[in-house]
Amino acid sequence: MFLGSKHATAHYETNMSTQLSTLDSDKTSLTAWIWRLLMALSAVGLIAFYSDILDGYEVSIIILTAIGMAWLGQGWPGYRWHTVAVAVFSLIAVSIYGSELGRADTSFWLNYLLASQSAFMWMSALFVMATVTYFGGLIFHSEFTEKVASFLTWAATTMGMIGLMVRWRESYLLGADIGHIPVSNLYEVFILFAVVTALLYLFYERRYQTRSLGGFVLLVISAAVAFQLWYTFDRQAHEIEPLVPALQSYWMKIHVPANFIGYGAFAMAAMIGVAYLLVDRQTGKASVSRWVQKMPSLALMDDLMYKTIALGFAFFTLATILGALWAAEAWGGYWSWDPKETWALIVWLNYAAWLHMRMTKGWHGGPMAWWAIVGLFVTLFAFLGVNMFLSGLHSYGTL
Amino acid sequence: MSQSKDAQLPHRSFAWRVFHFLGSMEFAITMLITLAIASVIGTVLQQNQPYPDYVIKFGPYWFEVFEALGLYDVYSALWFLAILTLLVVSTTVCVIRHTPSMFKDMFNLRTNVQHKSLRSMHHHAHWHQPGTLSDNTNLIRDRLASQGFRTRITEKGDERLVSAMRGGMNRLGYILTHVAIIVICVGGLMDSNLPLKIAEWQGRLEIETRNLPLSQIPKESRLAVGPQAFRGSVSIPEGRAASVAYLPMRDGYLVQNLPFTIEVKEFRIEHYPTGQPKSFESDLVIYDTDLEKPLEQTIAVNHPLIHKGYAIYQASFGDGGSELTINAWPLFAGQSEPAELETKVFETRQMLWGDREMQLEVTGFRPFNINPDPTEDDPKNVRNFGPSIQFKLRRETGEALEFENYMYPVERDGRDFLLSGVRGSPSEEFAYLYLPADEHGTVEGFIQFLHALHDDDSVAEVAAEMKDETLVSLQSEQDSVLGDSLQRTLETLMAMFVRGGFDEVRDFIEQSLPEAERETLAPAYLAMLREMLGRIYFNSLDLGAEATVSEAQLLFLQDAIDAVGTLPRYGSPVYLSLVDYNHIESTGLQIARSPGKNVVYLGCAFLIAGVFLLFYLPQRRFWAWLSRDGEQTRIDLAGMTNRNPREFDDYFEKIHSQLHSSERNSAAD
Ligand code: HEM
Repeated sequence: MFLGSKHATAHYETNMSTQLSTLDSDKTSLTAWIWRLLMALSAVGLIAFYSDILDGYEVSIIILTAIGMAWLGQGWPGYRWHTVAVAVFSLIAVSIYGSELGRADTSFWLNYLLASQSAFMWMSALFVMATVTYFGGLIFHSEFTEKVASFLTWAATTMGMIGLMVRWRESYLLGADIGHIPVSNLYEVFILFAVVTALLYLFYERRYQTRSLGGFVLLVISAAVAFQLWYTFDRQAHEIEPLVPALQSYWMKIHVPANFIGYGAFAMAAMIGVAYLLVDRQTGKASVSRWVQKMPSLALMDDLMYKTIALGFAFFTLATILGALWAAEAWGGYWSWDPKETWALIVWLNYAAWLHMRMTKGWHGGPMAWWAIVGLFVTLFAFLGVNMFLSGLHSYGTL
Repeated sequence: MSQSKDAQLPHRSFAWRVFHFLGSMEFAITMLITLAIASVIGTVLQQNQPYPDYVIKFGPYWFEVFEALGLYDVYSALWFLAILTLLVVSTTVCVIRHTPSMFKDMFNLRTNVQHKSLRSMHHHAHWHQPGTLSDNTNLIRDRLASQGFRTRITEKGDERLVSAMRGGMNRLGYILTHVAIIVICVGGLMDSNLPLKIAEWQGRLEIETRNLPLSQIPKESRLAVGPQAFRGSVSIPEGRAASVAYLPMRDGYLVQNLPFTIEVKEFRIEHYPTGQPKSFESDLVIYDTDLEKPLEQTIAVNHPLIHKGYAIYQASFGDGGSELTINAWPLFAGQSEPAELETKVFETRQMLWGDREMQLEVTGFRPFNINPDPTEDDPKNVRNFGPSIQFKLRRETGEALEFENYMYPVERDGRDFLLSGVRGSPSEEFAYLYLPADEHGTVEGFIQFLHALHDDDSVAEVAAEMKDETLVSLQSEQDSVLGDSLQRTLETLMAMFVRGGFDEVRDFIEQSLPEAERETLAPAYLAMLREMLGRIYFNSLDLGAEATVSEAQLLFLQDAIDAVGTLPRYGSPVYLSLVDYNHIESTGLQIARSPGKNVVYLGCAFLIAGVFLLFYLPQRRFWAWLSRDGEQTRIDLAGMTNRNPREFDDYFEKIHSQLHSSERNSAAD
């Protein structure tokens, strides 16, 4: 009886070709195996190299990350290239730095490309360019332009990731006791947000061949980037600050990224919602705008919206639980009704309601798209608003 | 779903209808949203603040309304718990109603499908294959099994049905997810302070709102050692011990006895160069009669100690009553020697300074102060200003000023000053008094100067000296009227300056001099005042006849005059200077016992497993109906999934082609 409601989702056009990752041919399976091996070797190498400063939890985090990346990359060449580029350029940057932070100003490569600050500037510029290019491709119906846009997005994501890696190293160059993973304040997580959201989008883009959604999703990333730039110039926020004792924990390394997969997925769902509503307004009309003809079907967007919210919900659940485990260790209780915690619950309940509405009541289309957009504002408040307007235990990332 | 059943069977009992209403999706969604909205309240209104703060914020009327609504502690208000309970009830009903069919769905291979219905499924295909019916049946079964399907062969007359399913655990995902909500809430309830609230309603407990020493806290506010959950805190100075925790409750607290004693041997804190704390930790010793020997362990933030189910966390730190030796330098007339005073942080005592009675409340001590000190090169530069004390001076009327005095002089523009900050309320910034330090780095030089200004004889002496010089220069030595008036004016000027600073002198000039002469006389008056101040200062220096005044002494004079000029606004009759200290730190421990914690964690594990199973393990079913068609076997294949229909298109094709492929061996690997 529960299956009945699924029929609503089932009437999509079958001519829509979805190219899924299949590993049938020998070539891809060989690549996949090389990739897995590479991930395994990287993990082992990292653990061996840093064995004296890693604890058991951190070793498990490395292993799980390697498994996750091996899995992600096995059928996704773009991600493999991205990872290799990030690794190579980060290592170059690290080796130019040596043990001297001052090289950031004297070395050409660091100064103009690879120092975290420069990498983030490139990332910002590339994201904005990608956004414009996606819309250009959409309006002029140009496949080629859209491919360029995808490439720009990959480039932006790669620069962002390189910037994060290099910043990680830079923090250690500032002082061994200052070093920490760059996910500890608002400035750093904004970059994480941009990178994660872009990766999620690229994943679905490849899966569903939906380049025409790119502009919409990148719009939210560009907004984040704009905010980020203001924040950098206005508040000197980019400076690396040492960690307060409560944040010195391996939990941070998993809690924050899991959270941002959630935020990124919710943001993407909302932007698909926007695209959905815009297209929906024009369907059935005698003359539809040129760009609308190029958009994916409403059913596909609806489906994608559901998928991203489900993904976001799953990771947000995980992140909130990890947060509770951490709180139990740092604050003496797994739940304190601290504003940030409470807003995480509010976000979570909101999407739980969304999922039930769709799953069991069969609601679709417009209302759900509106709800997803409202959901983004709720999420945004949990992410930013709480830090800006409310005070509590989580006041690490105050604006 | 259930609604359609309701329509068919309208004559159900009331209880049945309530049960169905509680388990209905509408009700569940309403509760989810209601809970979300209700949760907002406690994030906008700061919870568990001191009640007087709320009164100030809302006024007495709304304060009471909000208190009645429980808004100061929303998350344990009855109505909030009621919403939570309804959500749990709704989920429970939902789970009870759906679990049987979910289980069935999980294991049932649906062997009773009709041949006809397979062909009408959205995903279906058929083909012919050589070979016997039973060979083909086995082949298809094996190939599906090799793809991870559970399979079963059913004989349908002389035809065969292979039913296959994978991802049945998806349905377990539903059960786990929803059971998790119940389990987490039950665990949360086990750790809540509901039992304390009930005890309070029954009158067995009373919240203590006064600030009492432990020994005087009445029995009604103390909780015996027991299995109950609690979360409290206690602050223990180094070298001391405690065996209780304080539980904050609304506008007061309760005291929870512990079955052991915690001694703090040492507290350590490290700082970053910016002065932010980098790490802090405490060496604890647990004395427990159940232990063979005392348990010694160091705890730090993120690294608690767990003993007998009690978790002890490093939560904060503070002053543990540092011992201070303070000199109270009089700023009033008649005394120039400091009064020495031994006190401690958090100590309150009555003082009599001159004719003013005041209560001194020492509120804090800091062994160092890293403060911003921007330079041209480095706008973010910081500097250590050394130790400081914080205290309040309270008048009989109850008003208090808050002070912050630094122990050592701080350099500014090449000169050393002793700093004292003062403010009327915590919301204000400190305004600083800069007292010039003498060559020994103390305030003594300044106090001597001030004392001389207060001393009528020395003022009179200098005034007389200046009067005489003036009369000589005017060549009217005999004019006693002029002389007396000059002498009086000079003395009054000085008295006004010492009493009210430059402000009062200026007011006097404005008010008492005729407007026509003000232009010329005002600068003359001020010059005379300065001359007098200078002479008094130089007299005190005991300079030999020949010696000249040094640059440093001139600057000191200038700074001292400025300081005297601002003293009237300082608000304290003395300057307290810290002479010596013995820093005693105290560690802030959070102590918790949460018997429901593991229950909650179990629920969390269920939730994660459940959600991922639900979303990422689609349940997929295939049926192959094999029938004889001449020499060949006809195969009707159908498939369905409960999620991701889009991916299933490809999946169906993949399975279809694998089953179809004529090479018999390819499926085996
Ligand atoms: C905080 C409470 C709840 C949470 C977190 C929760 C979570 C979930 C999730 C994550 C799903 C999967 C949605 C999807 O596949 O898109 C789901 C499905 C479902 N939930 Fe809930 N739920 C909650 C309360 C309830 C309640 C109270 C009911 C009963 C009225 C209910 C009934 C259902 C049903 C019938 C499904 C569909 C299962 C299926 O066919 O796969 N849920 N729930």
